[in-house]
Amino acid sequence: MALSSPARRGSRVRRQLPSSPWLFAAPGLLVTAAFVLYPFVSTVVNSFTDRRTLVPGDFVGLANYREMLHDDQFWVALRNSTLYVVGVVPALVILPLLLALLVQKHIPGIAFFRSAFYTPVVASIVVVGLIWVWLLDERGLINSLLETLGAGPVGFLSDQWLILLSAMAVTVWKGLGYYMIIYLAALANVPRELHEAAAVDGAGAVRRFLSVTVPALRSTMVLVAALSSVSAFKVFSEVYLIANPTGGPGGEDTTLVMLVQRTGTGLSGRVGYASAISVVVFLITVVLMLLVLRADRKDEAQA
Amino acid sequence: MTDTLRTPGERSARPGHPTTDTARRTGRRTRFTDDTGRRVRPWELVLRYLLLLGVLALTIGPFLWQLSTSLKGPTEDIYSSPPSFLPDHPTLHNYGRVADVIPVWDYALNSLKVAVASVVTNCVGSALAGYALARLRYRGRRVATLVFILALLVPAESIIIAQFTTMRSLDLNNTLIGVVLPGCVGALNVLLMRNAFLNLPYEIEEAAFVDGANVWQRFLRIALPSVRGTLAVVAIFAFMGAWDDFLWPLIVLGDPSKFTLTVGLNYLHGTFANDQRLVAAGTIIAVAPLIALFACLQRYFFRGVGEGAVKG
Repeated sequence: MALSSPARRGSRVRRQLPSSPWLFAAPGLLVTAAFVLYPFVSTVVNSFTDRRTLVPGDFVGLANYREMLHDDQFWVALRNSTLYVVGVVPALVILPLLLALLVQKHIPGIAFFRSAFYTPVVASIVVVGLIWVWLLDERGLINSLLETLGAGPVGFLSDQWLILLSAMAVTVWKGLGYYMIIYLAALANVPRELHEAAAVDGAGAVRRFLSVTVPALRSTMVLVAALSSVSAFKVFSEVYLIANPTGGPGGEDTTLVMLVQRTGTGLSGRVGYASAISVVVFLITVVLMLLVLRADRKDEAQA
Repeated sequence: MTDTLRTPGERSARPGHPTTDTARRTGRRTRFTDDTGRRVRPWELVLRYLLLLGVLALTIGPFLWQLSTSLKGPTEDIYSSPPSFLPDHPTLHNYGRVADVIPVWDYALNSLKVAVASVVTNCVGSALAGYALARLRYRGRRVATLVFILALLVPAESIIIAQFTTMRSLDLNNTLIGVVLPGCVGALNVLLMRNAFLNLPYEIEEAAFVDGANVWQRFLRIALPSVRGTLAVVAIFAFMGAWDDFLWPLIVLGDPSKFTLTVGLNYLHGTFANDQRLVAAGTIIAVAPLIALFACLQRYFFRGVGEGAVKG
């Protein structure tokens, strides 16, 4: 029996046809290298040049980054993308958890409700965005319902801050089902004995939620916070559709990715400057991830 | 997840137990118990269903309102207050008209081509690479794994300009191939397939090896059929990702005749924003296939969320 230790068995299976491993891995490696890693390196390199779509450009050192510091559009976009994280992440950490608790019990018809709540996740963000543009229209469903209640029409799609708020609501609406499923899987792993013990001790539903469920789900909540903050910071489509391609009144609703798209594409695109903004987007998403993970570790130390 | 729906009859029913029959008879009415085994009070159940219905209205309502708008004829007031939720005379008129304004069926075909191509390349590419990373010993395997992990950490949005210039230099901008290429073998999919292959026991493949099967035969006949579930997840998410994608096709496609459905809808919205019936018809065309797909293959969608959540 000693002869067939797992390592030996494995090595026998693996040993043959020396060229095939690379043949197997080649398509994936080539695509990843050509369309992810090379563009990444090229983004960093371009950010130090004044390259344009049709002009190769020269090395300009830190000029793009210096320009960014004095570019009002950049600061507006950075503010909006940051506000987006602040507005969306708490909602996407808490609401899907409550939703998961609502659909957790196996009562008749629950599978239907779970699927229905997931439907917005399946739809394209463009479809979702256009549905909400129509709902939030000055004469759309929501305003006409408000009108029957005696309230005047609200400019969801015309006021600078309401546009941003509406887009955040759409992001939350579309994300609820996705994070609900993540929480649902995590809830299944909460030891039932803890709930039973707490119930025996006379803890009510709310108390059990705060003292048993939340601590047990802490790492899942951190995961959701990390995923949702990174994707919120990169927001593009919702604001692009709900404001308009130029970012609402006076461009005041432009987000960072919208600025990248507007600056860097088209025949007169400023590839160099757009690349510098892209590098900032990349660095901030990395920092966001690290911050969330660090908060996790700090919590753990306190616990 | 433990099944919390039980009837008292089931609970006390033991084979050969004398009280089984009485318990069955008296416990005919279904009761619901919560996680701690206590009975859920009726008012609690009612409250639960009311909340469920409220959330249902919020999540499905907007889709139904869009459907209703798309079915309203040209003479019906879509701005009425109070709103009318059902069309007076449902008509498919708008679906014909949207095709006169933009080539919506061509766009749908473009989206389908892109989505199908993405499914094929992702399934083939990630199964092959995943197998190599999980099963085959070769120098540089760690480096290869690292390449995919690093690729996972780079947000697509932050390299989109460089991807655009890359496509331009390959002369692939404004083509559907250019739309497919950057996502044609997703790093996440490769790593998902790698994990699936790692979870297979070696013994089966060794038996085939002893019988003289070469690496291709082992891959195709033994390993691949055992990871069908993960492959289905990869296929579905590749389809959904390609069908729903907006930012990348918007950047790489300039010529309106090449648009995919999402870019075409954005164009429709920008140009004919006043006619909500048309936009509504267009969005229904775009969303219907995915809702149908989701209705048929739900469990793979849900499974994909769990596996994909590792993505950073």
